[in-house]
Amino acid sequence: MLNYILRRLLLAVPLTLAVVTLLFVLVELAPGNAADKFFTPETPPEVRELIEKKWGLDRPAHERYFLMMKNIMLSADFGRSMVQEKPVTEIIAETLPNTVVLSLVTLLVVFVVGVLLGTIQAVRKYGLTDNVITAVSLFFYSMPEFWLALMLMLVFALKLKWLPASGMYDVVLYEYLTPLARIQDRLMHLVLPGLALGIAHSAGTARYMRSSLLEVVGQDYIRTARAKGVSERRVVFRHAMRNALIPVITLMGLSLPVMFSGSVIVESIFAWPGMGRLIITAIHTQDVPLLAACFFFFAVLVVLGNLLADVMYAVVDPRIRFS
Amino acid sequence: MSADPKARMGLVVPGLGHLLTGDVKNGVGMLLELGVLLLALVLGLPRIGSLLFPDASAGGFALHPWVALLSWFGFAALLWYFARQHAQPDKNVSRENQSQWQLVWRQFKKNRMGVIGLHCVVLLAMVTLLTPFLAPHDPDLLDVGPQKSSPSLSFLMGTDEFGRDMLSRLLYGARISLSIGFLAVVISGTFGAIWGAMSGYFGGRVDTVMVWLTDFMLSMPRLVLVLTIVGLFRPSGAGGIYLIVLVLGLTGWMGVSRIVRGLVLSLKEQDFIQAARALGQQPSIIILKHLIPNAIAPVIVHATLGVGNTILTEAALSFLGLGVPPPISTWGSIVNDGREFLRTLPWIAAFPGLLIVFAVTSFNMLGDGLRDALDPKLRSR
Repeated sequence: MLNYILRRLLLAVPLTLAVVTLLFVLVELAPGNAADKFFTPETPPEVRELIEKKWGLDRPAHERYFLMMKNIMLSADFGRSMVQEKPVTEIIAETLPNTVVLSLVTLLVVFVVGVLLGTIQAVRKYGLTDNVITAVSLFFYSMPEFWLALMLMLVFALKLKWLPASGMYDVVLYEYLTPLARIQDRLMHLVLPGLALGIAHSAGTARYMRSSLLEVVGQDYIRTARAKGVSERRVVFRHAMRNALIPVITLMGLSLPVMFSGSVIVESIFAWPGMGRLIITAIHTQDVPLLAACFFFFAVLVVLGNLLADVMYAVVDPRIRFS
Repeated sequence: MSADPKARMGLVVPGLGHLLTGDVKNGVGMLLELGVLLLALVLGLPRIGSLLFPDASAGGFALHPWVALLSWFGFAALLWYFARQHAQPDKNVSRENQSQWQLVWRQFKKNRMGVIGLHCVVLLAMVTLLTPFLAPHDPDLLDVGPQKSSPSLSFLMGTDEFGRDMLSRLLYGARISLSIGFLAVVISGTFGAIWGAMSGYFGGRVDTVMVWLTDFMLSMPRLVLVLTIVGLFRPSGAGGIYLIVLVLGLTGWMGVSRIVRGLVLSLKEQDFIQAARALGQQPSIIILKHLIPNAIAPVIVHATLGVGNTILTEAALSFLGLGVPPPISTWGSIVNDGREFLRTLPWIAAFPGLLIVFAVTSFNMLGDGLRDALDPKLRSR
């Protein structure tokens, strides 16, 4: 098992190198250079030179490429933010955990809701319940996350006032709350972003779970279990579920990039201080080092997530480990 | 199938023939399409002169109304063609004499969701192309009605804070959103098919590198990648729209490429490819003329499903204010406009979202139907 994980980790190294390379190429191809926003046509050339020197823009491209590669790969140094004047890694360190928390909650929603709906559909195959859930899933599957987020916000936060509309915690009251109330406050703030991100993906997962379970239920060992008189509930949840979940786990690993795409939107709507909101800020302020770092960490998160999915896959299905 | 006298009704009113002979989904679909055509006629005819020749004194000329005029006749011809097909089916075509596409069409017609999806997509295409006739007002004209009025009979989808007619804005937005989705998918489908076919055909080290690159692109969050590129290149003016199309196209080809590669791996061992190779055909000719045409079915399916996805990504970009640069507005940017007034004028954000859902659902339903008809192996159940 350890061997397998190590092998997979080694495969992730060239992937990260490629991310950095792609990033460099994109930054180079972009019109103008990263420091252009500091200048007006009236800027004296010597000031321009000084500023470009400060950001290392006066060196030739290949030198900058190797420097960037060296800094990122060896010392995780992304330079300093051009706007906030502090190391980019510091800014990322504040926001990365928030995104991870939101993603984990979303994954939980997706897994529980998706698997549950899919199972109900498979058990009631071609029945009314199945058809209704299929139609509703298709509807939610085709829904833009930003719109769902806005509508959830409109209904549950602005009209009904059940849930807070934005942020990670109540800005005014948080300081005065007891520890227990603080946890409750944070959980309440998680509900809407988690749902907005989770619902669309649950629809896809349910669809997948349904077909996966139907495929497993058709196999011989299930017929054997039924023949020897195992109750239907036990057949579905103990015998069939285990094998049906294997492809669903892979799907969840593969849908990670899609989920991070969604988190960019949901975070910026609900003012969630995570990586998604950060990358938007970086774009609007033209903060190239910060933008680059955000891009890099998103890619690394995906690589790690896929690695985790692979490991999970190997845990639930021993056949994988030895091939 | 013998000609049913009731089906002849379709020659007068397309759709009625289908409806009377029990084909409800096609009947209703065609009647709706006829409705849009008539609506365009009623709304467009009185002002057709000013539409086709805006400020005629200055020699004004607008392309879009002319396209609309042409497509009006095109859609009408299409409707009556299908009504006639239904009224007088070709009798002597046995199963053996049908072409492969006719067989696919037969299979497709059995799929209820697919046919509904097709009619929805046709409706969307009609609305998009006929917009100049259908839209009651200029989308950018201020104060065509009272400001901030809620949906009413005279303004079906209300007005915004500048008194612009939301229905017209949404119709014109549809044109941009759907064209971007369509064009981007044409790019990604073509690129993906060629990439996958090359990868599968050449094999060996070339294949390893190309597959690795595909997997690499696949593991990037699409929106993050697109955002980064857009953020670095900062599109502006009318050229911005092409950059968006290009970027969306070049970040959505991986699915097609994987499928085509898989197919080509088995196709290239078949005799006709071996023969072409023995005759000394160039690899480029083999790939373009022999391999890709044989792998076109899954490409079509994937492209159709991709349209929905691309519309969603474009809408997200525009929503974040980083899509098609203003003053052009798309569904996504209209939702963004409505965000400010979410509490007081919720219809501004609500309607474009519903339209996106409708468009994406239609393309997904059509894609699922096509998949079932074109390739039984890909069927989900």
